Amino acid sequence: MSTLSAAAEAATDATAVDATAVGHQDVCLLTDLTPERGAAALLTETVDGEPRRTQIALVRTVGDLVLAVQHRDPVTGANVMARGLVGTRLVDGEEVPTLASPLHKQVYDLRTGACLDAAGKEPLPGEGGLRTWPVAVVDGVVRVLLDESAS
Amino acid sequence: MPQDTEPRHLVVIGGGMTAHRLVEALRARDTAGSWRISVYADEPRRPYDRVALTSYFSKRDPEELSLGDDALWHDELVTLHTGTPVTAIDTAARTVTDDLGRVTPYDELVLATGSSAAVPPIPGADLPGVFVYRTIDDVAALRGWVAEREQAGRGASYDRPVRGAVIGGGLLGLEAAGALRALGAQATVIQFGSHLMNAQIDLGGGEALKRLINGMEVGVRVGTATKAMVPSRRTGHVGRLDFTDGTRLDVDVVVLATGIRPRDELARAAGLTVGERGGVVVDDTCATAVPHVWAIGEVACIQGSCVGLVAPGYAMAEIVADRLLGGAATYPGADTATKLKLSGVDVASFGDAFARTERSMEIVWADPVAGVYKKLVMSDDARTLLGGVFVGDASAYASLRPMVGAELPGDPSAYLLPEGTGGAPDLELPESATVCSCNNVSAGEVRAAVTEHACTDIGAVKACTKAGTSCGSCLPLVKKLVGTELERLGISVSTALCEHFALSRAQLYDAVRLAGTRTFSEIVERFGRTGSRGCDICRPVVASILATTAPAHVLEGERASLQDTNDHVMANIQKDGSYSVVPRMAGGEVTPAGLIAIGEVARDYGLYTKITGGQRVDMFGARMEQLPEIWARLIEAGFESGHAYGKSLRTVKSCVGSTWCRFGVQDSVALAVLLELRYRGLRSPHKIKLGVSGCARECAEARGKDVGVIATDNGWNVYVGGNGGFTPRHAQLLAEDLDTDTLIRVIDRFLLYYVRTADRLQRTAPWMEDLEGGLETVRAVVLEDSLGIAADLDAEMDAHVANYVDEWKATLEDPEKLRKFAPFVNAPGESDPDLQYVPVRGQIRPATAEERRAGAVLVAPATLEVRS
Ligand SMILES: Cc1cc2nc3c(=O)[nH]c(=O)nc-3n(C[C@H](O)[C@H](O)[C@H](O)COP(=O)(O)OP(=O)(O)OC[C@H]3O[C@@H](n4cnc5c(N)ncnc54)[C@H](O)[C@@H]3O)c2cc1C
Ligand code: SF4
Repeated sequence: MSTLSAAAEAATDATAVDATAVGHQDVCLLTDLTPERGAAALLTETVDGEPRRTQIALVRTVGDLVLAVQHRDPVTGANVMARGLVGTRLVDGEEVPTLASPLHKQVYDLRTGACLDAAGKEPLPGEGGLRTWPVAVVDGVVRVLLDESAS
Repeated sequence: MPQDTEPRHLVVIGGGMTAHRLVEALRARDTAGSWRISVYADEPRRPYDRVALTSYFSKRDPEELSLGDDALWHDELVTLHTGTPVTAIDTAARTVTDDLGRVTPYDELVLATGSSAAVPPIPGADLPGVFVYRTIDDVAALRGWVAEREQAGRGASYDRPVRGAVIGGGLLGLEAAGALRALGAQATVIQFGSHLMNAQIDLGGGEALKRLINGMEVGVRVGTATKAMVPSRRTGHVGRLDFTDGTRLDVDVVVLATGIRPRDELARAAGLTVGERGGVVVDDTCATAVPHVWAIGEVACIQGSCVGLVAPGYAMAEIVADRLLGGAATYPGADTATKLKLSGVDVASFGDAFARTERSMEIVWADPVAGVYKKLVMSDDARTLLGGVFVGDASAYASLRPMVGAELPGDPSAYLLPEGTGGAPDLELPESATVCSCNNVSAGEVRAAVTEHACTDIGAVKACTKAGTSCGSCLPLVKKLVGTELERLGISVSTALCEHFALSRAQLYDAVRLAGTRTFSEIVERFGRTGSRGCDICRPVVASILATTAPAHVLEGERASLQDTNDHVMANIQKDGSYSVVPRMAGGEVTPAGLIAIGEVARDYGLYTKITGGQRVDMFGARMEQLPEIWARLIEAGFESGHAYGKSLRTVKSCVGSTWCRFGVQDSVALAVLLELRYRGLRSPHKIKLGVSGCARECAEARGKDVGVIATDNGWNVYVGGNGGFTPRHAQLLAEDLDTDTLIRVIDRFLLYYVRTADRLQRTAPWMEDLEGGLETVRAVVLEDSLGIAADLDAEMDAHVANYVDEWKATLEDPEKLRKFAPFVNAPGESDPDLQYVPVRGQIRPATAEERRAGAVLVAPATLEVRS
């Protein structure tokens, strides 16, 4: 839960994240990302003291906001979310950035990872919405804050 | 449900329309399985829609007339013996005997033998060239004859059309005359009575009808009796009609439509009571006087007469089904309302059309110039509707017919005025009013389909209630009822594309085309919700529209971000996130060298290989980052993108045709290649498939395609609106005997008209169904340019052809586009470690979650690195 709200804050004001904090990884340049077209990135997280490789999907909006969610599709387990279509959806009067799974078309809120449209499918056991990571863009560099407590 | 007792045995004699309804109704309601049913059918096919018999001329496929769901005949409690007439009934022993001599016992017996065409006692009625009009075989024979006469006429020293005559000017005769015209023959209707359709409409209506029929270039002779049919001295075929007034008519073909006779011969032989004018006498429960024997449909003489319409027959079938299950249904009396099914001639009559009710009054409105005659029969206070006749404009028929016996609100004459002159109040049908008399569906049931069964469109309502699924004349009324009900529920029937665009796909297409807008940002600002950025529905639609209105590469600039992943990487995504690759093999043609090259690529990349239904090769299991290398090799070997990933032209399937096949009459492969290369890359609302067969044997299954072309001796026949898949459809004939250039223009326009006006993800068949006027409209637009857009469409297609480039080749030449294939933006050399495969029949398939967990043997194809 804390992850989700942190992500939401980060998304609304990306620079609010302390970009110098430990756990930030430089991922790519902002210009490496095409607006409204996701890109996958491979990160190394530490889980229980062990390094683990994690695939994330980075999305740059037309307003140059960068958001990070899990690359794994919760419904099929395939690593494809970065290849989904980006858009927006009106949620409580607010235009919210979204990402649709390219396999079965579930629509997720990119800021919180919440599923907005399940398209009649259930996530796999242990999956739900999309996991999110806080992102900061500093001097044109996209940095992702890894949540070391994640399991 | 387990069966305690053996099911009882119901034998049905006759495999026609009412027999079908009986079996269907009984199987639907007999959930306990207490009846086992054997149906004996004289005709060699399963029950078909005789009412729609004339459409056989345009459909040409007997299968398409079949009634209901084929599954009924695979039900284990149902046995259908086609081509097996029953020859005797023994009501004492309770058995029937069929033509093979088999004796079968029954618990209950239903006679549903229908009628045969009456052959009048005129000399020469048995000559070659004289036909009746009752079964598929009759119609097929008639068609064959006309085609043969036409050939013979061509060979003669002068060219003359086939001359046809129809004896009998009733519903059936007029339908047959229309059919003769459609076959290219001349037609004259010979009517003994004082006017056409004298059983249904009055003299005034008959005169108006005659003018309309003449307008279709069909001759009409009323008050004329035929004395003899005289053979041609040269051929021995029918050659002339001699009338009692001494006049004559030269003919090549004659259709007899002088009435029908109930097929009660079996019943007579078995000692059942028959009516004065034939027909097995039954009471209001459809039971004969002999225990365990029933009769339904045209063979039943009920309330003193046989009725030659399907709706009363269906009612009888329902009654017997109900009674067999212990119900108490009785016959409500026949609704004899009729509507002529002849395109271009609107005629209908219902209720007391001849004003036979005492002290009834008639209100007539006639416009001889427009060829319109309308009459309402009202009670003497001009309030209660008793019946009516419509000729030339029967638009009010559907909504007035169910009102028989009810008070009409307002001034009755208002209902007769041409539409638009106003005055006629909207009729609020009573719940019990029958809307569809073929299937006995009331207004209440149609409304309930919307309010209780959550149907939100006409298709769902048809499926739910069966209303409008037989003759279809009630469809306008059903549509209106459904519309009103939806409105009442506050459900607006929205055609909006998605939450971002209130326009339908077709409207958006027009808007974009006319405004010349070229980017999504511009389009969503002008035509969509300001400030929004679209979604997975509208973005690909805009990409598809722009592909035709402003052709450019799929990955060009902002356009790249509008594409589905399939279009974005130009391959088909599979369940594990890998892709499949399909190079084009136009017309299904491939050289040995090409096949070897494909084999080598598949082998080197360890791809699973399968032949598609579209006559080409599909290679599965390619990782996104491998696609450019794979394509570099395929292009090297002479291949190009097959667009298997796009909502676009897929393939043009072909048979080998006249170059090799001894039956072929045209070069189907050459045409298929030509068509595939012409339409390759054309983006459309859904995938498009074409097929070309080299002769009528149809080995390419072209009629299962959106556009099917079949070679004839004189050129090509083109069929449209076919598809396989979830709801298979056969394509319908659009035009015949076209030369290749005309054929191409016809297909150009058909495809672009579809691209412009169809909904998203709507194949050509449902699109044509939704189109007002259906196939006729398509024909008018494509062949006669009724909308004046043909030049536009032609130019658009020419531009498409001129601008075509192979998307894959263009991609390989542009480093900017190639960047999109990097698996990870921060680790271009890595690949997805979760892609894992296991062996299957000498190839690979994705490992299941189970297999991954269990660490099952994973295969490492040649260049696929596998981590575990
Ligand atoms: C061209 C045409 C247009 C029509 N248009 C309309 C219309 O618009 N509206 C309308 O209401 N009605 C119309 N009709 C009439 C409608 O088709 C009939 O009312 C309906 O088919 C009657 O159904 P049935 O089951 O009684 O008989 P049928 O459908 O005729 O079926 C009887 C079947 O029994 C078989 N049979 C007979 N004897 C035996 C035997 N001894 N053993 C085994 N099988 C046997 C026959 O071969 C036949 O297949 C039309 C008919 C025709 C021919
Ligand atoms: S459709 Fe005709 S030409 Fe083509 S393969 Fe079959 S028989 Fe031969």
